Amino acid sequence: MSLLRIRNLSVSFATASGAFKAVDGVDQDVNAGEILSIVGESGSGKSVSMLALMGLLPWTATVTADEMTFDGVDLLNISKSARRKIVGNDLAMIFQEPMSALNPCFTVGWQIKEALRIHLGLDRKARHRRAVELFEQVGIPDPERRLSAFPHQMSGGMNQRVMIAMAISCQPKLLIADEPTTALDVTIQAQILDLLADLRNETGMGLVLITHDMGVVAETAERVSVQYAGQKIEEQPVDDLFNSPHHPYTAALLDALPERATDKLLPTIPGVVPGQFDRPRGCLFSPRCKYANDHCRAVPPIPAGPELGFVRCHYPLNTDERNVS
Amino acid sequence: MLNYVLSRLLTFVPTFIGVTLISFAFIRVLPGDPIVVMAGERGMTAERYAELEAQFGFDRPIYVQFWDYLTGVLQGDLGNSFVTKRPVWDEFFALFPATLELSLCAMVFAILIGLPAGVIAAVNRGKFFDRALMSTALVGYSMPIFWWALLLIIVFSGNLQWTPVSGRIDLLYYFPNPTGFMLYDSLVSGQSGAFASAVRHLILPTIVLGTIPLAVIARQTRSAMLEVLGEDYIRTARAKGLASKRINGIHALRNALIPVITVIGLSVGTLLAGAILTETIFSWPGIGKWMVDSIFRRDYPVVQGGLLLIAVAVMIVNLTVDMLYGVINPKIRKR
Ligand SMILES: Nc1ncnc2c1ncn2[C@@H]1O[C@H](COP(=O)(O)OP(=O)(O)OP(=O)(O)O)[C@@H](O)[C@H]1O
Ligand code: SF4
Ligand SMILES: [Mg+2]
Repeated sequence: MSLLRIRNLSVSFATASGAFKAVDGVDQDVNAGEILSIVGESGSGKSVSMLALMGLLPWTATVTADEMTFDGVDLLNISKSARRKIVGNDLAMIFQEPMSALNPCFTVGWQIKEALRIHLGLDRKARHRRAVELFEQVGIPDPERRLSAFPHQMSGGMNQRVMIAMAISCQPKLLIADEPTTALDVTIQAQILDLLADLRNETGMGLVLITHDMGVVAETAERVSVQYAGQKIEEQPVDDLFNSPHHPYTAALLDALPERATDKLLPTIPGVVPGQFDRPRGCLFSPRCKYANDHCRAVPPIPAGPELGFVRCHYPLNTDERNVS
Repeated sequence: MLNYVLSRLLTFVPTFIGVTLISFAFIRVLPGDPIVVMAGERGMTAERYAELEAQFGFDRPIYVQFWDYLTGVLQGDLGNSFVTKRPVWDEFFALFPATLELSLCAMVFAILIGLPAGVIAAVNRGKFFDRALMSTALVGYSMPIFWWALLLIIVFSGNLQWTPVSGRIDLLYYFPNPTGFMLYDSLVSGQSGAFASAVRHLILPTIVLGTIPLAVIARQTRSAMLEVLGEDYIRTARAKGLASKRINGIHALRNALIPVITVIGLSVGTLLAGAILTETIFSWPGIGKWMVDSIFRRDYPVVQGGLLLIAVAVMIVNLTVDMLYGVINPKIRKR
């Protein structure tokens, strides 16, 4: 049984100009101890779908799903207080901007100990011991002294380590990392990714890694789910995805990788993700797809079976060995 | 921190000299001659006038008078009142506790109600409570103090007879007043009913004086909270599984307090200005009433010395607020 199971998740926002569907019928499974990566361009609904799972969306958002279970608990029909016992405890999340994700008015020690007190009820001494231990675990040097530092006194990389320490403080079963390295220097990025992978190996927690960086995916993920304009358009184990992408969008993403570029110029996918007003009637990718025909533009494709990576395309690529591009 | 306080104190020097000059000039710009006012209806002979003029030093050039005054001030001598002949300094400190007591009560009243009201309004943004509170705050802010005081007096003192209209305590209580703070003195006097009487006398002036700061604090708290509630660290706090009460009351409020403390500090100046009017309305024997009386009597030393001391009091409050600001905002403290 999977740790996380989401079926047909949709999120729409009430905006001044009408409802806007940011997530559209997404299915997602994460097994215990697995690293799933969710990739897609900006605005494809990666963050929103995971925030919906955490219950962190603003009141303007309407969340619907056929199923949303975590660790056997139905998150759709759960009271707010019951959800608070899970969120931050068994189900944790870290964010893109470590500098603004920590409260500037409290020391990082106070912030990490707060989680320990609320969920685990540790006493003062035990909290301190555990906080020092966690800081060591995430590679923060001189933890005793760092505990009394304020976020603005530390670098972005250190703050992200604090966020990670805080997220794993209650030994979660699943950690969602929403672009945890985007705001950091390249060298620090690699360190943080290594740290996350190591923590997964040590603790056996599941990890959802949201990113738009295919390089990160290749290095870290085990299974990859590709999202486009709020829909999941393909999902495969990482090697299969890189070797034989079924969706033209995935293929285009892979072609855009620097090491695959034959040209000197970095190829990008022409066009932009459709927004609230230019959502196509048929396949959402059709305005940018080089294989698109009238059928694509008129009829939205439905997801294929697992053997084709649940691809949402009328004309999947690489459907048999001879066609491998 | 010590360096910070010292550097702040240094910036007070020019302000101090400026205030000395302005207060000196202010009373002299008003038409009316203090000696003529002193003489009253009877008038006085030209010789007597010249004698008094020489006694007060009015016959000397104005810049000499100012220089005398300034050197006196720097030695801690504010001169004596023309009317009572007592040192301005003594009179000020005899009356200041009454004003301080009233201002403190007004501020506590404004903070105790304004802060939670602003928080609740922000959390329930756009709902009924929020709209009702913000319209009330707007009314409170724009209501003339005088009119508001009369309204309260008519309803609570006149119709309902709940509160007295003037003074600090009922005349039947008499006890020494060692600190000048009536709430404290009445309590330690041990006379039954004295404290309750002091409280009842404070209620209306407190409400009148506290209304504008209350409105200002409520509005500032609301807007600061709204801004803070959209921050990333609030999402982090929610991702930790904290209860809304804890998120609003600790994580958000602590950050929202930073701008709120600033407006509290700024409204202290307004508060003292309001105290002058409030004390006059309620015959509250504080420095506000004292200043107004002295202006009418053209009591030069009292007016210029009183203004100066009030300015110093405001400066001290501002310095305190600045230090409080450092305590509450770690980014400033560690600089
Ligand atoms: N609170 C909100 N109100 C209205 N629209 C929103 C809100 N939050 C997100 N959206 C919209 O939902 C869509 C999906 O946003 P989301 O943040 O999930 O994208 P993403 O895939 O995480 O992109 P990125 O890589 O930039 O983080 C975007 O078009 C965004 O504008
Ligand atoms: S359905 Fe058509 S337009 Fe859409 S991705 Fe497939 S080929 Fe391209
Ligand atoms: Mg995002």
